[in-house]
Amino acid sequence: MADHKDPRGTPRTKPRFSATYTPDVMSEIRRAAATGIYDIRGAGAKRALPHFDDLLFLGASISRYPLEGYREKCGTEVILGSRFAKKPIKLKTPVTIAGMSFGSLSANAKEALGRGATIAGTSTTTGDGGMTPEERGHSKTLVYQYLPSRYGMNPDDLRKADAIEVVIGQGAKPGGGGMLLGQKITERVAGMRCLPPGVDQRSACRHPDWTGPDDLEIKIGELREVTDWEKPIYVKVGASRPYYDTALAVKSGADVVVLDGMQGGTAATQDVFIEHVGIPTLAAIRPAVQALQDLGMHRKVQLIVSGGIRSGADVAKALALGADAVAIGTAALIALGDNDPRWEAEYQALGTTAGAYDDWHEGKDPAGITTQDPELSKRLDPELAGRRLANFLAVMTLEAQTIARAAGKSHLHNLEPEDLVALTIEAAAMAQVPLAGTNWVPGKTGL
Amino acid sequence: MPIFDLNSSPLRDLNQALHALRSDTNETHWTVNHPDGRHAIAAGLDAPITVEIEGIVGYYCAGMNKQASVLVNGNAGVGVAENMISGFVHVRGDASQSAGATAHGGLLLIDGNAGARCGISMKGIDIVVKKSIGHMSAFMAQAGSLVVLGDAGEALGDSLYEAKLFVRGSVASLGADCVEKPMKDEHRELLYAKLKNAGLAGEVDPSDFKRYGSARTLYHFHVDNAGAY
Repeated sequence: MADHKDPRGTPRTKPRFSATYTPDVMSEIRRAAATGIYDIRGAGAKRALPHFDDLLFLGASISRYPLEGYREKCGTEVILGSRFAKKPIKLKTPVTIAGMSFGSLSANAKEALGRGATIAGTSTTTGDGGMTPEERGHSKTLVYQYLPSRYGMNPDDLRKADAIEVVIGQGAKPGGGGMLLGQKITERVAGMRCLPPGVDQRSACRHPDWTGPDDLEIKIGELREVTDWEKPIYVKVGASRPYYDTALAVKSGADVVVLDGMQGGTAATQDVFIEHVGIPTLAAIRPAVQALQDLGMHRKVQLIVSGGIRSGADVAKALALGADAVAIGTAALIALGDNDPRWEAEYQALGTTAGAYDDWHEGKDPAGITTQDPELSKRLDPELAGRRLANFLAVMTLEAQTIARAAGKSHLHNLEPEDLVALTIEAAAMAQVPLAGTNWVPGKTGL
Repeated sequence: MPIFDLNSSPLRDLNQALHALRSDTNETHWTVNHPDGRHAIAAGLDAPITVEIEGIVGYYCAGMNKQASVLVNGNAGVGVAENMISGFVHVRGDASQSAGATAHGGLLLIDGNAGARCGISMKGIDIVVKKSIGHMSAFMAQAGSLVVLGDAGEALGDSLYEAKLFVRGSVASLGADCVEKPMKDEHRELLYAKLKNAGLAGEVDPSDFKRYGSARTLYHFHVDNAGAY
């Protein structure tokens, strides 16, 4: 490679970008200086993180035999809420749909999620803002979120739900409240939340009537009393201190713990929050499972893991590490049509590109999903989009079964950490499985 | 007139029996003895009945109430009448923190004092407190009214939306975006109606109250207001 020279031919030091002040960093500094406000966006962490891609399954070998791919059964069903609830949830697949609100999503998108999940035999979940009749109508199994804001919270909807999810936090912003900016607070959304139309909604980050785990136990007791102990009660936490949060959720009386890693999406929050608070999904699972095992509650209190679940391989890996089920949000939206290249010209007009669009809070989604604009919303056919989601859920389930059979498992829940190895030292340490080709689990065993 | 003794029968049985009542029930007046601080007593009711509780209740008494009148002849723990939709809850003693939290409707009347965060995130309820309320009351209060015959603690109405606050005594301090507003005839009439609904017509002069509401400067984030948070 030729030396770098100036126009007069004098040798010069080649222009060198800083590894600290990268072009992206400098661009953000200039944006902040120009606008005076932090960047707000949707979705989850975008930085490279240790993830399920850093794990591999060990297929069957001489010591273990596989199951026939198309002839021998590999079960996928899961029961959630068997600890205390009179009416636990029974799902055909362990892939559930994570909480997303009407308000952050269009009514058509919520309907599509309900349709797709119902075809696939799984559940959907409400979000910050209450339950819509359309959502209840199209979701055979609906989990109702109980959030700090209590927007739209009423006991009738609580009783209509199939399960209740007490939201402590979410992976994109553990310690942060919901956010829905004025562009999406239409008359209907405002009415459901008792807010003035057009106001920037910044939800509370703490529940208004309880603080610590002792209070949470009493709160869960109230929810059980109000619903006559019928409904499974989930407790959702953003992944930060998964061992203690899981243990405290169990202590508080949860039937199910939902653990959301930092790749989990949000409708809107500060980029600095998304990228710098919380821990990766991969790092959160084993401590949570350990807490359940230490309490003798593994499989009795079910664990749902979310945050960056994209394929059946991710499902299988999460379950092998000890989860009972997973939840998908961002992947479900992509299946509906989010960030589809067919809308590239419009993404370009918004200053972005298909695959990178995350200004969900602005309500201008060309795909008609993260918007309340009636014209944009019409672009999403809820039946067609629901079918696409059902297809995606079927593929994820089939992929997980494919891996499980290869590992000789007759049910997805029979997958175990011993089926896994890691490609990197980081992943080996976080997932507590050996580095591939060794018996080394960093922090656990020697070489 | 059923009488239920929580010393001899579990709370679950009481709430189950109350939930089973139809709107046309003849069992319209229930008495609950020996509450002894138990939590979630008479939570989730949805019938036009009266439940009179003889003693002290724990957390979330009458939580999520609809239609029913719940009378507490004693003090109430955290979150009394939390998320009430309609009906009437009357505490004939003091109430702990988060009284009437997030409630959408109905009337909560507290004869004594209410602790911190009274009316937090209230969404349409009317709350009347005959004595004083604690700090951070009406935090993020969205709709409804809070009437205080005594004093209010620090940071009243922080990040307030459209709830209407009336305080007869002193206010230790106002929270972010909460301001005193002029008390006009229309506001005195509104306050009189609220007092009358609480059985206090003629006992208290609306002219003695000051009115507080949202300055609405935080409804849309602007960097110049960042210091308010």
